[in-house]
Amino acid sequence: MWKCSVVVGVVLLLASIPLASQSPTFGVGRPPTPEDFRELATAIAPDGTGLPEGSGTVAAGREVFAAQCARCHGQKAEGDIGPILVGGQGTLRTPKPLKTVGSFWPYATTLWDYINRAMPFDKPGLLKSSEVYAAAAYILNLNGIIGEADVMDAKTLPKIRMPNRDGFVSDPRPDVGPKAKKPN
Amino acid sequence: MKNSKRPSRRQLLKMGAAAVGGGLLAQPKALAAESPGKLGIPLGPYGERSPYEKAVRWRRDTKTPETGSSFSPLQDSVGTLTPSSLHYERHHAGIPLIDPAQHRLVIHGMVDRPLSLAVADIKRLPSITRIMVLECGGNSGSEWAAITGPDVQRSYGLVSCSEWTGVSLSLLLKEVGVKPDASWVIAEGADACRMERSVPLAKALDDALIAYGQNGEALRPAQGYPLRLLLPGWEGNTNVKWLHSLKLTDQAYMARDETAKYSDLMPDGKARIFTYRMEAKSVITFPSGGQKLPGTGLYELTGLAWSGSGRIERVEITTDGGKSWVAAKLHEPRLPIAFTRFRLPWRFDGREAVIASRATDETGYVQPTREELIAVRGTNSGYHFNGMKFWKIQTDGTVRNVEV
Repeated sequence: MWKCSVVVGVVLLLASIPLASQSPTFGVGRPPTPEDFRELATAIAPDGTGLPEGSGTVAAGREVFAAQCARCHGQKAEGDIGPILVGGQGTLRTPKPLKTVGSFWPYATTLWDYINRAMPFDKPGLLKSSEVYAAAAYILNLNGIIGEADVMDAKTLPKIRMPNRDGFVSDPRPDVGPKAKKPN
Repeated sequence: MKNSKRPSRRQLLKMGAAAVGGGLLAQPKALAAESPGKLGIPLGPYGERSPYEKAVRWRRDTKTPETGSSFSPLQDSVGTLTPSSLHYERHHAGIPLIDPAQHRLVIHGMVDRPLSLAVADIKRLPSITRIMVLECGGNSGSEWAAITGPDVQRSYGLVSCSEWTGVSLSLLLKEVGVKPDASWVIAEGADACRMERSVPLAKALDDALIAYGQNGEALRPAQGYPLRLLLPGWEGNTNVKWLHSLKLTDQAYMARDETAKYSDLMPDGKARIFTYRMEAKSVITFPSGGQKLPGTGLYELTGLAWSGSGRIERVEITTDGGKSWVAAKLHEPRLPIAFTRFRLPWRFDGREAVIASRATDETGYVQPTREELIAVRGTNSGYHFNGMKFWKIQTDGTVRNVEV
């Protein structure tokens, strides 16, 4: 009986090989529950996929920033314990580049994603979606990227064209030595 | 102190006067008259190193103690494995304490069967063990500066080598069934900042591991307990610790730590993005900055070489500031993407010497000089410095960093 089932098992295994990439082979785990997802941050794609409902104004963001961000980043986002968040545009080619949200970050969606997942530093996850939109709006406004009256939400935020949007190139390494690729 | 001298007294007595210096000849009688030897300390449940061993990580000051880097003491290393307790660390929001019974890895997004896996589920699957180096993308960031790092720990110490055990990520991806349009995997950790990195699906299917073991035991909390991603040869930050989410997508998510950070700014103002691989690198760990040779005579130069592209094929050493090079002996086995230790006998004759090592990997890639790197990348790229490190041995035997 035991031998019989081994033979059957081997036959089944061989028969299933062409389908292996589509068939669960070990059957471990279970479908994720809402509780499982509650542990995860909301990941935001650069096209805005994942952005939740809610919206935030620059004025609201000024208040959120003063209450939650300024003690590390400074009242005007000039930097203190936390990094500076404004300025630096036009410095990337200089001997002392200043990389900020305004001068370096290629996507505004990254700002929402990062504030939401990692800020405030000692209480990440504290801010509600609309407060995250508002804080992002305020920082974008400080950098001269959006106007005082602009409102950030799931539609407007991904449409923002950041100043350094085209500032990134793919990895050309190896770029030194005998194996270096020729520049295009 | 007293306890530790016991064994050496016994050895001295056994060895007899012939093997002992004249100054000690008067000692044995007095020692022999002491009471019989004392017992050592009782057996313990979890080992400690000798209290006489002092090698520790060096931590760079930061404004917040939960962020920062601690550097492995390469100058004190022997062999090719880094003790888990001395493995370099880089944290962005502290080290979470996770109950493995509560932890789950969720694989979701563009898959046929989203799965939530307990640590026990993952341990049930066929395991893989491999020795692998892990290096921070920012290791040797100090070397871009005009004055380079003073010692090997502070300048090259964000690299370590461990034996890792886990499950092939491709096996887990088979379990969930990846949809044909998926091309990226977004990995997320369970630390406070929910560290996020985008990983090309091709890498995930190639050689990625979900690791739960390190050097024969569970991962240390600082190394991602209970689960971490391992991407052989790729910068440390992509090897997401405390892994709790893998989301299959059709695009990179342009996370903060792959755009604002861990991208390499070039002199033309453009930044290279997704610069994952750590290229071949080596450094002499003895003699190295801050050490002192006790006198002239024969020594063995030794150090470590590694490459994110495969095996180390050759290491050459100069003792004349780069004018001439001689092949070092490489310890076997030379494993791909792992520390390879090299050695070369060398006589210090009391004259100044400038030494360095240069690694070549199995792809033929040769470790560049600092100048070659700067000529192409300038001094503001921050990450992925893999240039040679020169040490100057001064006439009195002291060793210091030197820019060549």
